[in-house]
Amino acid sequence: MNGAVGSRPLLTWAVHIAVLLLVTAWTIPTLGILVSSFRDKEQIVVSGWWTAFLPSERNIVARAAPPDEATEENGRWVLRGNIFEDGAGSVSAFGVSIQRPTEFAPGDAAETRGGEIITVQENGDYVISYPQRPEGSRGQRLFVTSLEAPKFTTENYRTVLFSEGLGRSFINTLTVTIPATVIPILIAAYAAYALAWMQFPGRALLLATIVGLLVVPLQMALIPLLQLYNNIGVGKSYIGIWLAHTGFGLPLAIYLLRNYIAGLPREIIESARVDGATDFEIFGKIILPLSFPALASFAIFQFLWVWNDLLVAMVFLGNNEEQLVMTGRLRELLGSRGGDWEILTASAFVAIVVPIIVFFALQRYLVRGLLTGSVKGG
Amino acid sequence: MAVSRAPVTHAVTGAGAVSNLVLAVASLFVMAAGLAASIVLAVAAYAVLSFILPQSMLLRAVLVMVLGVTACVGYFWSSNKLLDTIYPASGENISANLNKANAIRPWLFLGPSLIVLGVYLVYPVINSAIISFYGPNSQNWVGTYNYEWLARDASFRESMRNNILWLIVVPAASTFFGLIAAALTDRISWGNIAKSLIFMPMAISFVGASVIWKFIYDYRPEGTEQIGLLNAIVTAFGGAPQAWITIPFWNNFFLMAVLTWIQTGFAMVILSAALRGIPEETIEAAVIDGASPFQIFYKIKVPQIWGTIAVVWTTITILVLKVFDIVLAMTNGQWGTQVLANYMFDWMFRGLDFGRASTIALVIMIMVVPIMIWNIREARKERQ
Repeated sequence: MNGAVGSRPLLTWAVHIAVLLLVTAWTIPTLGILVSSFRDKEQIVVSGWWTAFLPSERNIVARAAPPDEATEENGRWVLRGNIFEDGAGSVSAFGVSIQRPTEFAPGDAAETRGGEIITVQENGDYVISYPQRPEGSRGQRLFVTSLEAPKFTTENYRTVLFSEGLGRSFINTLTVTIPATVIPILIAAYAAYALAWMQFPGRALLLATIVGLLVVPLQMALIPLLQLYNNIGVGKSYIGIWLAHTGFGLPLAIYLLRNYIAGLPREIIESARVDGATDFEIFGKIILPLSFPALASFAIFQFLWVWNDLLVAMVFLGNNEEQLVMTGRLRELLGSRGGDWEILTASAFVAIVVPIIVFFALQRYLVRGLLTGSVKGG
Repeated sequence: MAVSRAPVTHAVTGAGAVSNLVLAVASLFVMAAGLAASIVLAVAAYAVLSFILPQSMLLRAVLVMVLGVTACVGYFWSSNKLLDTIYPASGENISANLNKANAIRPWLFLGPSLIVLGVYLVYPVINSAIISFYGPNSQNWVGTYNYEWLARDASFRESMRNNILWLIVVPAASTFFGLIAAALTDRISWGNIAKSLIFMPMAISFVGASVIWKFIYDYRPEGTEQIGLLNAIVTAFGGAPQAWITIPFWNNFFLMAVLTWIQTGFAMVILSAALRGIPEETIEAAVIDGASPFQIFYKIKVPQIWGTIAVVWTTITILVLKVFDIVLAMTNGQWGTQVLANYMFDWMFRGLDFGRASTIALVIMIMVVPIMIWNIREARKERQ
């Protein structure tokens, strides 16, 4: 396939650039929240995340020390101090009235109507000198435009994990996801083996019915199951949501696994039977190890699906502190902390980091699974 | 298990001739006994462990997970063990025993799946259809009232319109970008890395993606520094910033961008495999005939993978019909962005009218079924 392009360097370049553009467009959104989640929360709201590595401009209204504290120097009363409480930043302009906050450059002497002379240095040191002894406890207001060095912090993560309840939700999501991934695999694998290699009446019909159940959308199941759960007293519990995810994942699981298990070589299974192995032993010792690739593909599907699910969790688990999963928490934060991007970006990143790691680590199996059965019901 | 063993052996051997009824009863019994054993085991283990272990959230979570999984393994193990005990593969009537055990065992293997499928998929379909003829709390029969209401409802019409828009735009855009990405990445050395990165959004939840894109669409009043990427680009080119997701009608497209972003990777992976499966000879022949790379792509390659394109397209279509999280998280159906799945959820939890919600769910199902049937058929044909 390279032959067609290889001879045309211009076209090759065009391909490289086009792919680069696509990749950029597809990764930049995620990069945006990753970078933002590590930024200082004051910087997030004043400049775009793409300027995160450049110093950012900030307008500060500072109040100088109270005039009472001025000391006499050479016949004038002088007050000294620094605008920045934490000592960071560099002044690019300052002013003494709200109308003209950037009137003077650092080091300039600004004279007010009252005859005071004010100087602000680049590092934030200011000197105010009064002609007479000043009085009062309200300090002079100083308007400063400051350039601040980029600040990166893990504070946002500490906040979301420990005080916004995301840590708890993380554990809840894990508690939902792991059994909801393992249980359907296990019971589907047994069913798939029975459908592929065991003789019993009605096998073909049963298989067709199970494949047919792929068409049932999740929405159909919500109300009847909610009523059923309330009637039999399951309520909002982990066992309820595990079984719900198991049910919604089963048709695809059985379909995928049966296709794979049916393709295993007949001789292996036949010879094990001749040696007197029961089906239970054949399944455990031969089928399970051999179908590892198919099991892994489905496991990744189901894991991603359950971890990322919002609807099933909202319906079958409570919205209280003890049961809220991460997607639910994220959705709640979107509503209650809509503008607090430091909270939202850090939370979003915590919520997506596990599936992304799983994705990159096991991509091979995911792709294989997609190629063998690209149909997902639920 | 040991307790129940003696009387059962007696009962079954006493029945004499092998009738199907006995076998069915026996298999149900073994299934139930296996289930009971695994539950007893799990509950007992839970009680003991939670008594011994210190109170810790994480530990309890691990415990709950382990028990859930053990109960499941326990069923298969104990029911099979029980079957082997009732019909042992030894003794005087070994062959009769083996036959009976072989007749029962498939149902032990299938049992849990069939029960779960029945409860979670078959029963709800029937029940939803019935509930749709009842009032808000499924108490009083209202006939076709819910359907009549649906036909007149303005929000339902809005949802249908939006769903149809989604159905047209998202599968088309995802398949288009996926095809382009597949065709281009196959030609370059770092293609696999590029593919991984384009595929990555697939792992991100819809809610996570909604946060990511809401940040891109973020709006600050004119004159202040824009922190949303889209508005920053617009203002850099001299435009006025917009509150994108509140602009009626067009905001739908901004929500669709999110799903397209997620689904393109899926389309790319499948189409890339299909492109690689094209026989080399057809392409070589075209190269010899002097076809340009574009002609090869549109006239030789695309027609050969038409079937796969259709499968990708319909798979995304089915997903789109059920789109819910993105709309809920980004607009909650405000500003004219309502879709069927979110509208159904609205009536279920905020309207608390299960009759109307079920009716909307049925509409979703009716729209999904034909596409899904076609999709499964086509996918099977592709494989053969």
